[in-house]
Amino acid sequence: MASIEVRKDTCVGCGACVPACPYGVISMEDGLAIISDECYLCGACESSCSFGAIIIRQDKSEKVDISEYSGIMVLAEQRDRVVDHSTLELLGEARRLADSCGQEVLAALLTSDCGDWPARLVEHGADRVLVTSAAELTHFRTEPFTQIVSRMIEEMRPAVVLAAATTTGRDLMPRIAKNLNTGLTADCTELVIDGESGNLMQTRPAFGGNIMATIVCADTRPQMATVRPRVMKALEPDPARAGEVVEFPAAHGELDSRTEILEFLPLEEGEVDITESDIIVSGGRGVKDSTNFALLEELAGLLDASVGASRASVDAGWIPYPHQVGQTGKTVNPKTYIACGISGAIQHRVGMQSSDRIIAINKDETAPIFEFCHEGFIGDLFEILPLVIKEIKKRRS
Amino acid sequence: MRIAVAVKQVPDTAEVRIDPERGTLIREGVPSILNPFDEYALEEAFRWRDELGGTVVVITMGPPWAESVLREAVAMGADEALLISDRAFAGADTWATSHTLAAAVTKLGDVDLVITGKQAIDGDTAQTGPSIAASLDWPQITFVGKVRSIEDGHILAERYVEGGIEVVRSSLPAVVTILKDANTPRLPSLRGKMKARKLEIPTWGIDDLGLDPAETGLDGSPTRVVTISTPETSSDGEMHRGTPEELAAVLADLLLGEEES
Repeated sequence: MASIEVRKDTCVGCGACVPACPYGVISMEDGLAIISDECYLCGACESSCSFGAIIIRQDKSEKVDISEYSGIMVLAEQRDRVVDHSTLELLGEARRLADSCGQEVLAALLTSDCGDWPARLVEHGADRVLVTSAAELTHFRTEPFTQIVSRMIEEMRPAVVLAAATTTGRDLMPRIAKNLNTGLTADCTELVIDGESGNLMQTRPAFGGNIMATIVCADTRPQMATVRPRVMKALEPDPARAGEVVEFPAAHGELDSRTEILEFLPLEEGEVDITESDIIVSGGRGVKDSTNFALLEELAGLLDASVGASRASVDAGWIPYPHQVGQTGKTVNPKTYIACGISGAIQHRVGMQSSDRIIAINKDETAPIFEFCHEGFIGDLFEILPLVIKEIKKRRS
Repeated sequence: MRIAVAVKQVPDTAEVRIDPERGTLIREGVPSILNPFDEYALEEAFRWRDELGGTVVVITMGPPWAESVLREAVAMGADEALLISDRAFAGADTWATSHTLAAAVTKLGDVDLVITGKQAIDGDTAQTGPSIAASLDWPQITFVGKVRSIEDGHILAERYVEGGIEVVRSSLPAVVTILKDANTPRLPSLRGKMKARKLEIPTWGIDDLGLDPAETGLDGSPTRVVTISTPETSSDGEMHRGTPEELAAVLADLLLGEEES
């Protein structure tokens, strides 16, 4: 069974591990950290120790021969036969990873009609595109996709499998990882292949964005990860790139499903999925009431932006929940996030801190948002916003 | 109808502080709470039990003191509670956690539906629900914003996905993961609180579940956290002060910068 040990010769008795333990089971005795039997092996102390004095040992009986696995596989995501931009971002990232270790990039496309997408996936970085075509694959459905992709992985033996951290990727990938007895890391924002071990170092935010955790899957393959959309960069399409397209027909029974999609209700005109917007105008407690959100909506209309909100304004009933950004709302990373009257508490921050540019307007100079925004405006949003709207209209006319 | 709801005890991540000198997480004194998303999973289970009859059993895997979130769930309305706890389960990632929870659901035997919250606020992976479904080889409906009906051995639900809503029907038994849009969780009742205080909660360990230590806890976990760091912050932001007119002009410059260039 797994165990934890404090190396007596290395522990300097600094005590850093004591407050790092969420379970309070570490104490200091005679200048040495003592970990009680109630330890839950969460590993928080191991990473808090600057001296490498705390060691957690895993007891792995079965070994997988990881040298048999090579290549980076990207699962393409499509809706109505159009491949999502996140797939192109993943191909760009996969290309970079593959080039860093001399491996190939595979793309898996499951669809009812692939059109010219295989060639376009090659232009964006794929060396080989595996295509499964069937009428049943028009829309993503968990079971057929799980079965077909699992068999692709078993036959192709890629070292790494990437999918976007969308509702599709986050539905599909855990299912495949569980079936294939391998590890999966969610919502990664940084990927690097360690030159020495060949392991994929998968970095992601955790604990409500308070920390970045780097995770490895050292003993099993493939190493699977979902990657946050809009973080990685797609390559410029290169029509000169050569690649191979391989048909991968579905086998008998693989298209069966116990779930069926009865209908798809697209968002209505005016309803916006804020996670898809390049610009978000967001309002917090400082907006004061629901009618004042009209001001934010007007600015958003001018900028082709959508309207977001902090939990405070959603809880107050000023704007409905689908607009909420933050830990219990949506995570967004637009090009520009305009926070109006939002203090910037950690719960909100974790939902928007990876925006390319954060602009904050707040009367309160001491608001936490000013500690991490890129452009801070100290002033009254009710004075500034109408003037900005006027100014934008004037300059455009 | 027997519905199992898998919940998690989590540190209140809003209360977590960073040691500025060492850059490590200080979790001392941080309260442990029922994962907020799980309240919605519980409420959804209560709603359908109240409508169709049956029972709701709340399950958690964790250290012995995770029992407190089970009592909270019972106070809200759960009929039974089950603690999955063993030293051999310590250090589990989502693979080992779901593997263990699925074994508990199998042992319970007559479960028609497993509900979980969309994700837990400490790990934010959203992986445990679908992995439980995979372990049980049950169908799943994830990111459910509304359950429309449960009848004739099927569940009909709305998945809130990018760009719209997917209306999905699945046969039962199935696993469903719930979003906050689905309902408004009820508060603990007085009767529930009394029940929660008195209820004897069974604990199942590795032998009860018939699992091998190699497939549970840290040993059964394919992934491991190797380093933890604090995210970079851009504290060098530009601050603008002035009259509203001056500020508006600067802001308009910023917003229109790309258009005009």
